Parts: sequence; C-alpha cells; structure tokens
Amino acid sequence: MSPWVLRGLRDGVVTTRWPARPDAYADGWRGPAVIRDPRPAGAAELASVCPTGAIGTRADGALRLDQGRCILCGRCVDRRPDVFGWSSGAAAGALTESGLVVPEMPETDGSVAAIRAALAARTAALRRSVHLRHVDAGSDGAEEQEIMALLNPVYDIHRLGFFFTASPRHSDVLLVTGAGAHGMAEPLRRTYAGMPDPKIVIAVGTDAASGGLLGGSKGGAGPEQASDGRAAAPDGGRPGTSSAGAMSQGGSYATSGGVGSVLPVDVWVPGSPPPPFSILHGLLLGLGRMPRGQQPAEARR
Amino acid sequence: MNPATGPAAGIGTAVGTTAATAPALWDLVTGEVARGRRFAGLMATQREDRLLLSVHLADRRGITTFETFLPLGAASYPALTPVLGAAFWYEREIHDLFGIIPDGHPRLEPLILPLLGDDAPRPRPGAAGRAAAAIWPDEHSVPRHVMGSGLFTIPHGPVRSGVMESIEYLVETPGEEIPHLNMRVFYKHRGIEKRFEQLTAADGVLLAERTEGVASVAHALAYCHAVEQIAGVQVPWRGALVRVLHAELERLAAHLDVAVRLADAAGLAVATARFGLHKERVLRLVSRLCGSRFGRGVVVPGGVSRLPLVAASEFLAEVGRMESSISGDTRALMGTASFLDRLRRTGPLRPERAREHGALGPVGKASGFSDDARRVRPYDAYPALGLGDAHEHDGGDALARLRLRWEEVGQSFHLLRQAADELAEAGDSPLRASCEVRAGRAVGWAEAPQGEILYDLRVEDGCITRCRPRSASFHNLVLFHEVFAGDILTDFPFIEASFGLSVAGVAL
Repeated sequence: MSPWVLRGLRDGVVTTRWPARPDAYADGWRGPAVIRDPRPAGAAELASVCPTGAIGTRADGALRLDQGRCILCGRCVDRRPDVFGWSSGAAAGALTESGLVVPEMPETDGSVAAIRAALAARTAALRRSVHLRHVDAGSDGAEEQEIMALLNPVYDIHRLGFFFTASPRHSDVLLVTGAGAHGMAEPLRRTYAGMPDPKIVIAVGTDAASGGLLGGSKGGAGPEQASDGRAAAPDGGRPGTSSAGAMSQGGSYATSGGVGSVLPVDVWVPGSPPPPFSILHGLLLGLGRMPRGQQPAEARR
Repeated sequence: MNPATGPAAGIGTAVGTTAATAPALWDLVTGEVARGRRFAGLMATQREDRLLLSVHLADRRGITTFETFLPLGAASYPALTPVLGAAFWYEREIHDLFGIIPDGHPRLEPLILPLLGDDAPRPRPGAAGRAAAAIWPDEHSVPRHVMGSGLFTIPHGPVRSGVMESIEYLVETPGEEIPHLNMRVFYKHRGIEKRFEQLTAADGVLLAERTEGVASVAHALAYCHAVEQIAGVQVPWRGALVRVLHAELERLAAHLDVAVRLADAAGLAVATARFGLHKERVLRLVSRLCGSRFGRGVVVPGGVSRLPLVAASEFLAEVGRMESSISGDTRALMGTASFLDRLRRTGPLRPERAREHGALGPVGKASGFSDDARRVRPYDAYPALGLGDAHEHDGGDALARLRLRWEEVGQSFHLLRQAADELAEAGDSPLRASCEVRAGRAVGWAEAPQGEILYDLRVEDGCITRCRPRSASFHNLVLFHEVFAGDILTDFPFIEASFGLSVAGVAL
C-alpha cells in the first residue's frame, strides 16, 4: 500500500478555522508599525528615521505613519519605543491607500463606507467559489512564497472556496506582487483586461502598495508630510545629487512605485512580505466576507 | 569553545593585479582559472568617465579581484566569453547596464534589461546620480536560434500558470522535445544596483534582505560581511551563532520548498501537503524567533540585532520534532517509485560542464562540483562548528539534486543543534560590535540555499557608491541552456524546481 495514505493522517487536522474562529498565530502576528504618541517631543526629526519615508506630520503637527510604506524594519520602534510600536494581528489590509495611514483620519470614515458599499455591490456575484490569478510585477520572491503557502494544509483556502487558476479568463481576483517593474506593466494590464467583470485587484505587500524600499510614487505619508523625501525621491540620499523632478516622476528608472499607477487597486495589503493570514484577510476584505467580530483595519484603529 | 568568528585568519578579499588592458586581464584570469581558481563573477563599474571591469576569482584564501580600466570613451572591448564560457551572461549584463559592446561575444541579446537602442541612456551603476531615464521594454523582439521545418517557439511567460515569479522561457521545439531554450528575465528588473547607491552603509542591509526574498538572510550576511571587512570588525561570538541559526533555518525552508514543488509537479497530493506543512512549521519557528518569517531584521552590520525570542530548550525540542517528522516523510518520498521515475535522468548537468562553469550550491554539488563557502571560506560561527562530511554526487540529474538537498537538510539540523547548544552556554557576551564605515571596498560572501552569494561593495563618505549583489540564481540559471537535452515539455517543471532558483536574484 502507498505510504501516503497513513502519512496523510499523521498529524490529524492542522487546518486553521480562521476567520470563523480566532487563531493564535494570526492574532499574535506583529504587523506594521503604529504610532503610540502622535505628539512627542522632537517630532520633527522623527520622519528621517524611516528609510522608506513612511513617517510624516500632519498640518496640525501630529505624527502620522503610512503602513503602506512600512517595511517593518523597526528603525522607528528601536529609536523611540515611547512613540512607535507594532500593530498586532494579521488583519493589516485596507480598502483605500489612505486607510493604511495611522492614526486614522476622521474625515475618511464616510468615504471608506462609500468605497466599501461600492465594492460590495460590484462583488455581489462573487460568493462561494472565487478564482484567483497571481501576477508578479517585480517582487523579491518572498510574496510568492506566502501566496503559495495559502495552499498548504494549515491555511487550505480551498475550504473557503478560493482556487488558483492559470487563465485570466477564469479568474475573479488578481493578486499583484512587486513594486511595479516597468517590464511587467503591459503583461499586467493585459492580464487584467483579460479577466471578466466583476473583478477585484489586491496589491500584496508593501512593494506592491507603494514601491517600498525601491522608491515610492506617493509623496511620503500624505500631502502635508514633512519627511526628508529620501525614499520618495530615490536619489535624495546621495550627496551632491539633485532630487528635482524625482517627486513627480516617482519610482525609479525600472519601477513604478507600486502597482497603483498601473491598475485600479481595490485592497491594499501591507507587509514585507505579508504573512498568509494577511493575504487571506485581504481576500475576504475585498469580497466583504470578513465576519463581524473581526473588524477590518480601518475600524480597528 | 574558542570564539573565533568572522572569516578565519588569512581569509578575506584582496584586489589582485590590475591589468593594463582587457586582453591582458583575460590572460591573467584564464591563467588563474587553469591553476584551479573558480571564476565567480564579472562586473563593471562606472568610475567617473571610465569603465572599470572587475573579475572575482574564488579559492581557499577568499575572493580575489582582478581589474582593468577601459580606455576613455571606449565603445567596446574584446569579450571574455570566447575564452571563458562562464562569463556568457555576465557580459550580456554589462552590455545591458552600460551599453558597451564585448567584441566577439557569441550572442549579445538583452538579458536583464529589454532591447534598447545604441544611444539609449543606460543605468550605469557607479555613476553619480540617478539613472537618466525610465526604461520601458519593447515587447516585439523574439530571439530564435534553432532553424528547421516544423520547429516553433512556445513562449512560456512572463505571466505563467501558477504562482510564479515573472520570467519568460522561449521553448524552441518540434513538438515534444526541447532542443533549445531561451530565457528573458528583464520583465522584473527592479534597478536594485542603482538603488543601493542612494543608501548609507547601515541602511544597505535592508535592501540586501529584499534583493532575493527566499535568501534574505544569506544576502544580508554577504552584504554585512563586506561592510565588516571594510570596517575591520569581528562579529561577537553570540552574534555569529545567531547568524548561523537563521541561515540554516532559511536553508531548511528553501529545500522543503523544492520538495513541495517537485511533489506537486508529480501530482503527489499528500506529499505536497506534508512538505508544505513542514515548510510552514519552519517559517513559523523563524517568525517566533525574530518576528519575520524570512529572518529579516536580524542580521545587521557588526552582528545581529537581537537574540532569538525562544528559549534554547524549547527551540531544540521543536527542531527535534521537525527533524523526525521530516525524515519520515522524506523516506516515504524517496521510496515512491512513480516520483523517482520522473526525476531520474531528468535535466542532467554533466560534471565537466558543472566544473567548467563553477556551478554553485546544490546544482554544482549534485554534478560533482562543490565549493561550499561555509566549508572552504568559512565565516561567522561556521569555522568552529562541525559541518560533517562533504556531500557530493555525480549523477547530475534532478534526482541527484534532490538527494543532495536531503543531505543538506540533515546537515542543517546538525548545525542548528550545535549553534543552539553553544548559544545557551555563551553567557552574556555582546550580540553586535560597533560597525561604522566611512570609505573602502570589499567583497563579502555567504552560502545561500541556492549557492554562494557575493557582494562587491564600495563605500565613500559613509554612502554606498557601488554595490553589486551576485546571487547564486544568476550564476546558475544560465545552465538551463544545457540541461534540456533529450527532455520533453512535461519534464520542464521538474527541472525548474530541481534548480530551486529565484528570478528576483537574477533580474536585480
């Protein structure tokens, strides 16, 4: 007899029941950085601590942090543990780019509700059998590993009706990884165009959300940011070079600073790379299938 | 235990002879290779208005760099590839990045950048400032090399079936066999080398960790070894042990991933699930140690940032459980005849080709050529830890590569136990040494799961002015040209998985 029959029974059921039941690994996950104290002493110098320019200040002087740029390097937490900390739990994704900025901006509440309603209306037809297509647009290879992990018996996303498909024609969800390499822009657009409506796009990882360390298209943590612009202008850190024009151009000669400039993104999942639970959360968030007890990122903060 | 850390005495990098011209440099290099040194890489650097060509040669003493400046305004130079085939992709890469033509190169097609015009602006790593202009690919050039009636090209990628990194394989076939294969990796070129040039030496490690995700720790190690050589810093004993822990856990995860892909290709559902479970357990253990499933943020210039967050006894118990359940499933897998039939004589790499090319990591070792940096040019805590017997096979096929990986898995468990034991007894010595660098240049190396990684790093005024990561994936992927003889289309996923490479490390 094949040894595999018995070997398959060896460890019993290892599959998580998340999101229907809590999962210790998902809840204990250390997510992107958060701000504990938005008005510390010496706030002005703190922006330069972040190598991706995720930290900035609002017009009123309060600190803000864009988790869509956070690569979880911990520079800010190491430097000022009184001001910065880690978010807990794998539910890091958001439906808008600004939804990744902490602390939450009160005025975005209404618009997030509107976006959520529009997305729910659009994806009403996508229920219990949802097909996924992945495209790598310049990742470091780690995000692919975490997406593949969704198929292992611990996450087993087949139990939730998710299946990977080879053809864009059969897919409902496009998972995009990577900083938006120029070489992948056209293949990515064609893949998206080949998908039938309704469809949703999920930017998986900080690189996909903002370009991460490869240089972003966004001007730091929002329009009023006071970061030194080093990451937003990818040449700014080099002495003797001019950063003029870099802010408007974004990205680098080879990348677009995230996939948001190539495709309309519906769900933003930060992380470097995001763990499988965060990717799964992003999927369920986009389909409006997160149970009520497990609030999405915007409401949690 | 003697806390001898860092490269053992007498091992390091040295700039060897500087040759007057490129042909003189090639004579020097081919002579050294004939005397037994291994060709480990070729790169170019823009130094103001001249181009510097650097060859890296490896032996027991470390990595030696031989260099020459090209004449001012040179548009070409005599190619190295005709006399040293291993330089094939390296010269194509230099052509892509700098636009200079290696005269006599057998096939100068675009590799890591798309086809560009002769006077198009090039990224030119080493030149001050950012790359001149955005580069967008022209998708309409398709190379063809095999001519004959009934032959056609199957473009496979860049968007491929399954969750894969973007690469395009152009399979030239009469229908079933694969007489020739072309690879185009430029789709996911990310401009990593230029990006390094905007970072300080301390921040560079963050980008090194994100250069090739499946070898995050090994890239960070190779980068930090270069920084530490410039600074003349020795990593404290405890820091060196923590580095070994993470490097070996990364090797476990990568080798288990190869097993998952091979089992999946063979349609063994239970085996796929089992090895997927084992890999998940390894990644979870890594995340419990440091907060990241890929060991990011641990390795920093001068040592490590923190101790493992798991007590030694608990760690050892978990490692023991993993080892026994992995070895049981491995025995079952290596006794499954239908699986072994798919690997045997699939994708063979001839030993003489492996030696000629200096094939790295498991790909080289499975073809009888081994130059494991942990053993030959040991670093961190490896000189003081026992690596056990050297593993070599000469089968050269996908099966030999898998067998070799299982032996490395056993070796990694052995190293993990030793390092954890030593760490428990190491007392309260520091984890990192202060590591400030102002200026200098060095080559750092580390043995990734895929093979040796090199970082040629130049720092001026505290900032990186040139950083060239050379991954094992880049050096080994070109061997795909060699291994399809007699194989058919359905062997493709086995051969690709058995190489275990990452495209991110190729198309920096």
